[in-house]
Amino acid sequence: MAESLRFHYDVDGGNFTSAGQASVQVKNNLSQLGLDPAVIRRVSIAMYEGEINMVIHADGGSADIIVDDSCVTIILADKGPGIADVEQAMQDGFSTAPDNIRSLGFGAGMGLPNMKRYTDFMQIDSVVGEGTTITMKVNF
Amino acid sequence: MTVSELASAGGFRAIALSDPSREVAGCYVGDLLSWVMGRAQAGNAWITIMSNVNVAAVASLADVACVIFAEGVQPDEQALAAAQMRGVNLIAADMPEYEAAVALSGLI
Repeated sequence: MAESLRFHYDVDGGNFTSAGQASVQVKNNLSQLGLDPAVIRRVSIAMYEGEINMVIHADGGSADIIVDDSCVTIILADKGPGIADVEQAMQDGFSTAPDNIRSLGFGAGMGLPNMKRYTDFMQIDSVVGEGTTITMKVNF
Repeated sequence: MTVSELASAGGFRAIALSDPSREVAGCYVGDLLSWVMGRAQAGNAWITIMSNVNVAAVASLADVACVIFAEGVQPDEQALAAAQMRGVNLIAADMPEYEAAVALSGLI
């Protein structure tokens, strides 16, 4: 790949029926590029967790995917409430998701830990009251 | 064993098989979706009692071989449509999750 490829998606807030559409689309796009299925799986899961978080907590946001020679970069940005204590949010099992979200099978406090688990780099930039931007990279 | 062969085995039945020749490798049991995404392996049969539309997305992104709905649970219409659109295999079992896992263990 001489130049990097970019994909942009808008993530709807509050819509659990369509949640994951951007991730599925990214999975399809990366498959068409011929990337290793294991890499695609890591990118897809990390992005889906982020997408779900934006739907639950931030009334949606945007996702940008950049594919270059050796790496997939995922940038998720929202204008939600922000994360007051990032270290606490990163702990397995910590969740502020409401009960209706838990009844859907989410809210186990594994979203951010999974994003870290499946990526080679993860950075959270969050300002309370302004929003959160998460940058992740998966090398291949 | 393929998903199609599993769906024909005693105690299991097909709901919708989009990719029947997919090989089943191992099993994961779980109902918390992020837990499944964090722990299940590609190619696993995923046994769950969750049946909403998000199950189809998780199954597709985690690249499991099939979803087995235990306890006689049936996917809702949205979940069924989403699974078929994404090529996710769905199997039903009337057994509890533990018994389904034991039965699967004897087959693969």
